[in-house]
Amino acid sequence: MTTVEPLLQARDVSVVLGGRTAVEDTRLTVRRGDLLGLLGPNGAGKTTLLRAALGLIPLASGEVLIDGLPPGRARHLVGYVPQRHEFAWDFPIDIAGAVLSGRTRSIGWLRRPRPADRAAVDEALELVGLADLRRRPIGELSGGQRQRVLVARALASDPQLLLLDEPFTGVDIPTQELLGDLFGRLAADGKGLLMTTHDLAAAARTCTRVALLNRTVVAEGGPELLADPAQMLRAFGLDTAIGATREGRAA
Amino acid sequence: MTVVEFLTDPWQLPFMQRAFAVAAITGLVCGVVGVYVVLRGMAFIGEAVSHSAFPGVALAYAFQGNLLLGGALAGLTTSLLIALVSQNRRLKEDTVIGVFFSCAFGLGIVLVSTQDSWSTDLSSFLFGQVLAVGPEDVWTAAGLGVVLVTVVLLLSKELVAVSLDRETARAAGLPVMRLDLILYAVVTATIVMSLEAVGNILVLSLLITPAAAARMLTERLWAMTLMASLFGGTGALAGLYVSYAYDLAAGGSIVCVLTALFALTWCLAPRHGLLARARRRRGETRRPVGEQAVAT
Repeated sequence: MTTVEPLLQARDVSVVLGGRTAVEDTRLTVRRGDLLGLLGPNGAGKTTLLRAALGLIPLASGEVLIDGLPPGRARHLVGYVPQRHEFAWDFPIDIAGAVLSGRTRSIGWLRRPRPADRAAVDEALELVGLADLRRRPIGELSGGQRQRVLVARALASDPQLLLLDEPFTGVDIPTQELLGDLFGRLAADGKGLLMTTHDLAAAARTCTRVALLNRTVVAEGGPELLADPAQMLRAFGLDTAIGATREGRAA
Repeated sequence: MTVVEFLTDPWQLPFMQRAFAVAAITGLVCGVVGVYVVLRGMAFIGEAVSHSAFPGVALAYAFQGNLLLGGALAGLTTSLLIALVSQNRRLKEDTVIGVFFSCAFGLGIVLVSTQDSWSTDLSSFLFGQVLAVGPEDVWTAAGLGVVLVTVVLLLSKELVAVSLDRETARAAGLPVMRLDLILYAVVTATIVMSLEAVGNILVLSLLITPAAAARMLTERLWAMTLMASLFGGTGALAGLYVSYAYDLAAGGSIVCVLTALFALTWCLAPRHGLLARARRRRGETRRPVGEQAVAT
């Protein structure tokens, strides 16, 4: 039997953006069945780490492997759900069309979508509960519906690894619950999910594991980690501030 | 003059037949390509390309070369220079575009002014010379038009994916940069082929206005493309009629007709027009679509 490669492996990854080290010596592993929450303050490098995993930005050092392959050769395995403002919601297209755009690469150049592509779109829409709205223009959707469109678009390409950037931010409660359930089921089906968030409650509720990021992973463990105030302070960079004041007083 | 005479009269003149053909083809192609110019927010880049084609056309004219080729080369060179110089993030892209297109335009005027008959030449470059096109120009426009529309339609799936979300398209392995370059090249070629109909200053109208009018009316890309090409083609024809009937400048008349069409859709569009919005505001009991969506 061959060993099962982790779906995502970041080994000592550092990324330098505009002269600033955004991510430093970060190790992260997502295995099949994992729903890993990546938490940290603004500017902690969460999105940068996702973009590095997608092969969108060069690494200063370290390496990223997707199912044992470099990101450039594993694009078919990965689904990406960016933050909602990255998407042109004013484009004249309906929900089904936007979701189908997630299969552009697999449909191939100069080809029209085949029945299998339509079926994949239907299935993805079913999963996020938008099947009834498939003909609605994307410009007329609420924040929660938009988030579901982005998730469906990623799922339409049938990825093994799903990378999600702040999927719960600014989203209504029913959508949060629906997506939380869906992510849990996908993980149970043996997919791997990596999700950035700064919503501690949502992470504690949905994730199987969490990693606290502040330029580098400062702690990793089960969701119970989020209940540990000391870890949280460290992740959010508050311990050094407290430590510094203490040292100042001691001196 | 009866309506039938008004419609058939100009067709008796060979130069008008050619003008009609070139104007309709140009309007149609501009409509299709303009959809992406409007949806991608490339209006300013289009302006820059159209102006930067000018020195190439002038140079080709001075050396009796092919005007289309000269314009295309100059337009492409300037677009590439813009892409290159704006890599320096200290300057925003629109600033770089501003520098280059005004420079290209100035250079064009300087080049034209070296010619003896420069003032008439200049006006034909700036405002078009659709009444003076030869039979070979009709065939060039038709051939180029078919190529450009085919390229856009064949790549529409990829262009849509990139327009919706560049990062995700890149993550999925689409060659985003190359698709951008192809789109720029198509826009440049469309602009250069339109120079004869409406000239350098007015070409942007043919590219943007029909697509903008179509955007007011639909939420479907294929419908927008169809309407934009229809508006562009018929608008250009109607403009020529107006120009013929009242003895007005052809390029300017085309632009005025297209703009009137846009104004109409802006006011009367069934859902997003001025009147529809006003009616909704008055009948606030029926909530606007956006709010209904938020409530779900």
